Amino acid sequence: MPFLELDALSKHYGPVKAVDDVSLSVEQGEFISLLGPSGCGKTTTLQMIAGFVDATAGRIRLQGRDITHAPANTRGLGIVFQSYALFPHMTVADNVAFGLEMQKVDRAERARRVEQALALVHLDAHAGRYPRELSGGQRQRVALARAIVIRPPLLLLDEPLSNLDAKLREAMQFELRTIQQQVGTTTIMVTHDQAEAFSVSDRVVVMQSGRITQIDTPYEVYEHPASEFISRFVGKTNLLPPATANGPQRHIRPEKLTLKPAGQGRSDATVVDRFFLGSQWLYHLESPLGPMVVVQVNDGSPAHAPGTVVALDWDDATLRTLPEGSR
Amino acid sequence: MSDTSTPRARSAVWLTLPSLLLFTVVLLTPLSLTLLLSFNEYDAARGATGGFTFSHYAAIVSDGYYLEIFLRTLRIGLITTFLCVLIGVPEAYILSRMAAPWRSVFLMIVLTPLLVSVVVRTFGWSMLLGIEGPVNMLFQALGIGKTRMLYTEGAVITALVHVMLPFMVIPVWTALQKLDPQVEQAALSFGASRLTAIVRVVLPQIMPGILSGGLIVFGLAASSFAIPGLLGGRRLKMVATTVYDQYLHELNWPMGAAIAVILLIANLIVMLTCHRVVERQYRRRLG
Repeated sequence: MPFLELDALSKHYGPVKAVDDVSLSVEQGEFISLLGPSGCGKTTTLQMIAGFVDATAGRIRLQGRDITHAPANTRGLGIVFQSYALFPHMTVADNVAFGLEMQKVDRAERARRVEQALALVHLDAHAGRYPRELSGGQRQRVALARAIVIRPPLLLLDEPLSNLDAKLREAMQFELRTIQQQVGTTTIMVTHDQAEAFSVSDRVVVMQSGRITQIDTPYEVYEHPASEFISRFVGKTNLLPPATANGPQRHIRPEKLTLKPAGQGRSDATVVDRFFLGSQWLYHLESPLGPMVVVQVNDGSPAHAPGTVVALDWDDATLRTLPEGSR
Repeated sequence: MSDTSTPRARSAVWLTLPSLLLFTVVLLTPLSLTLLLSFNEYDAARGATGGFTFSHYAAIVSDGYYLEIFLRTLRIGLITTFLCVLIGVPEAYILSRMAAPWRSVFLMIVLTPLLVSVVVRTFGWSMLLGIEGPVNMLFQALGIGKTRMLYTEGAVITALVHVMLPFMVIPVWTALQKLDPQVEQAALSFGASRLTAIVRVVLPQIMPGILSGGLIVFGLAASSFAIPGLLGGRRLKMVATTVYDQYLHELNWPMGAAIAVILLIANLIVMLTCHRVVERQYRRRLG
């Protein structure tokens, strides 16, 4: 029996199918990301699990218990909201203690667990502050501490890092993963950011127009996307002409292409533009195979200037063909 | 900050000048004239005679008659404010939770008392509550018997609450609009009941709105004139109606001015005290 099971879950708003026939099994301790563009139904799915949106059809079972239509305040889930939704009139410690107070945990035990949770997110020194006196990253961690302190069976994260700047977001991704592994709570995160989904989750659920289009490990989603849409959504991709007249379209990721001196590769190409990304160079090339994007590690060797003719090469094992009609 | 040498600061001075001028002419001038008048000597045969005296203030403070009027005004103001909070806050909350088309319809209904003249509305109440009015007919039909409702504090408070309710609903509604709806969801997700979520999470956040609504209602109720004048009658005097009587019936202008000044000061003290409390309580938390 799976820990959490979504069984043909649907939410229809009139003729609009916000979530359509979503089925998913989650094992205990797993970190699952719902990934997709805005409007794909990932947030609605999360809200149905949380109990804020009532499902039109289908079942939600948590630890074997049917919670499809249970009120939100009886589910006991830990939720980190996109806006963090901290209680602005309460101190950090009171915010974290709120859930325990509702569970009627006694005062001494409450204080101990609040302290523990704040230590876990490195905010023990800020217990007496009010949310508006904290930075974005600190608020995010208060929201996380508030959600895990009640030891929920399931942790729901709604775009938890989207309000943070890029550097902080990366740091928090690792912290989120570390904390989740420490407490071992089964976690479902909603995100539109593939890097975020890849770096923290055990499995990624890709959603598109209310439906699940792929469930796989991050590596598999990147290397073997189920459709061209997914391929382009989770990274950059180059289209190669079919090997035979009626063969399937072939794809290759920019970092799998190598640049060699002109004439020594499979096809010559002209550098149109180049972008310096720090650890990498990003090239836009024009070749007889069509426009190509290539990412090369910045290994200290001089970069190719625009106008230079180079040769494209690749390992055939890195070529991908996509299932027919998978757009 | 207040450096007037920068072009920006200078243009600010020029831009605020019209409103400053208007404010001085229509508010400060009559107020200072009233203040001056309240210190004038009074002669029953000749009216205000100039000079300088504290006698009117002394009379007000020492005479139980005036004390009773001030206490009644305070009591009616407080009860009206309390009832407005009791009715207006849930009303604003329900309004804010309504679905799109109904919300604006009901908001308009809440605001309708403001569209009808106070005098007309008050006459409406006096007909309703009159000894032969519909309310008394209903009472008779129910076997309660005729009750005298006009010219009682109850009638004055009822009409005041009716008129003042929009001034309570609007600031609370504004405070509710600023609330992040996810915050209430968060409270629910941690196992709070709906009532607990409202009491522990929503109410504290809209407290500044409730307090400012309360201040407006109290200020308007304590200085109201038309409603106590028409529904309270001769017997049930409030401060504003007493001022009117002093000016137009007794022709004792300095006394009327002195009562008006005391009412203004009393109102100011109440407002500033409340304001200070709000500042201290909420600035750090809610900004």
